[in-house]
Amino acid sequence: MKGRRLYLDGVSVVFDGFRALNNLALIVEPGELRAVIGPNGAGKTTMMDVITGKTRPTEGIVSFGDADLTRMDEAAIANLGIGRKFQKPTVFDALTVFENLELALKAPRGPIACIRWALTGEAKSRIEATMQEIGLTERAQDKAGILSHGQRQWLEIGMLLMQDPDLMLVDEPVAGMTDAETEHTAALLVRIAGRRSVVVVEHDLEFVRALNCRVTVLAEGSLLSEGSIDHVQNDERVIEVYLGR
Amino acid sequence: MSVTALPAAAPSRLRLGLRAVLVGAVLVLAAMPVLNQLPSDHALHVSDFLVSVTGKWICYAILALSLDLAWGYAGILSLGHGAFFALGGYAMGMHLMRLIGPRGVYGHPVLPDFMVFLGYQELPWYWLGFDSFAFAMLMVLVVPGLLAFVLGFLCFRSRITGVYFSIITQAMTYALMLAFFRNDMGFGGNNGFTDFKELLGMPLNTSSARAALFYASLVALVGCYLVCRWLTATKYGRVLTAIRDAESRVRFLGYSVTQHKLFAFVLSAMMAGLAGALYVPQVGIINPGEFSPGNSIEAVVWVAVGGRGTLVGAVLGAFSVNGLKTWLTSAAPDLWLFVLGGLFVLVTLFLPRGLIGLLQGRPK
Repeated sequence: MKGRRLYLDGVSVVFDGFRALNNLALIVEPGELRAVIGPNGAGKTTMMDVITGKTRPTEGIVSFGDADLTRMDEAAIANLGIGRKFQKPTVFDALTVFENLELALKAPRGPIACIRWALTGEAKSRIEATMQEIGLTERAQDKAGILSHGQRQWLEIGMLLMQDPDLMLVDEPVAGMTDAETEHTAALLVRIAGRRSVVVVEHDLEFVRALNCRVTVLAEGSLLSEGSIDHVQNDERVIEVYLGR
Repeated sequence: MSVTALPAAAPSRLRLGLRAVLVGAVLVLAAMPVLNQLPSDHALHVSDFLVSVTGKWICYAILALSLDLAWGYAGILSLGHGAFFALGGYAMGMHLMRLIGPRGVYGHPVLPDFMVFLGYQELPWYWLGFDSFAFAMLMVLVVPGLLAFVLGFLCFRSRITGVYFSIITQAMTYALMLAFFRNDMGFGGNNGFTDFKELLGMPLNTSSARAALFYASLVALVGCYLVCRWLTATKYGRVLTAIRDAESRVRFLGYSVTQHKLFAFVLSAMMAGLAGALYVPQVGIINPGEFSPGNSIEAVVWVAVGGRGTLVGAVLGAFSVNGLKTWLTSAAPDLWLFVLGGLFVLVTLFLPRGLIGLLQGRPK
């Protein structure tokens, strides 16, 4: 396991006077599994945008290991080993399940390298193993555009696995999944963490409980509370802004 | 097992059939200059007009292919591809002008007629080297490629996409048209270049030269088609498709979208330049009108009508729309622009996958 820590300190993002993030601090240790919860508009997705280079922070430090993420673009950050699953699953509809995974597979990313790319036996077996993991083996040659919402979620998780990142940011992974699938996802994320850091944003508290990890609560762009799920669920401030409504 | 094998077998039979049709079409085209040699009362005789107009369409088909690579695969809707075509044409035109030598009206040993007329004392520096065929051919690719590189780099890096990019390309071709209209640019102003005499030692006004240019264009078309076919079948082709459908998502996978789009756009511009270079000696003239924004939009209509995102569709579109144009502009010249506009609207509304979509039937 490569020991790089995600470090955010004093991070603020201001859109036209609105503070989407306000002096946010967050540290995720190497191999840690972390859940992030918070009411709508708490800044969870903005936080992911800042880490992955989609949004530049107005101020503050965002680093991964010794790399300064505020100075890198999305592609460079992805190549650094930070992968992201979006809230709304975004897969490439015109490509098959297999091709989607092949595109995500860690490999040289330049145009020439892509032209010269040949699918090796090792790459093929990695893709097949991932398809097994996400339960889409039967759909390998189907276009991603015809998959159900839940299957698209799985495909995107599969793509994240193919990227083999050191830090995975997972935005609402179980939306649209059945209870059995939700359980499977929780088990998968717990298994994955340890080998790499995983940050999960989720509304579903049952799911967060199943992850059995440290929980960060955001509200109005700032850190509200942090600790075990029982700790945060009993925190007065958390009950006030989020749970007790 | 047999249940899953059946649907897989059907498209491959379709593909085989398509391949046979394509080879057949190329053979029919290749036979045209031969049939042109038959006596004019022979049943299979192909007229000079048909040969020369088909030669032009082949060049248009290459332009359509190049546009399809950028638009159909990478989602870069260029409304200025005619500029790359025209630049390739001008590079070829400059070579043809240099080959005229002392045979011009004014009989100057080096300077083309228009330069003598405008009082040039010596060849401008950017005309040097164009007496060499190899250099001119290099410029046919380099000049459009360089323009595409600079424009693409600035736009793609700043994430200018969609309609904004289209408008910029349209403005680019318009600006180039205005620039080339100026006499002091040194490209013959609004008259452009004409009165070409020869190419590679063969006089241009003979039927053997026409046939040679026809075959060169056909070979270029087949070559470009095969290159595009191969390229779009690689992982690079799938990255382009991914960029077309979800550009920002591709970035989060670690691909530099700028690099990939730039590569496709430059390659596409070079192909368009090649098409223009083959076109000019066949029509015998190149002038700033080739930069007119309408030309670029017409090329987009060809691709849309044929079926963007399928290479065969682009070629089919170029042939069918130009066939219709050639027929209509003589049968009912006033109608053509209405038909062209109507065609675009109808195809966009009712045939989003173009003629190829009609042939393929319902999407799987």
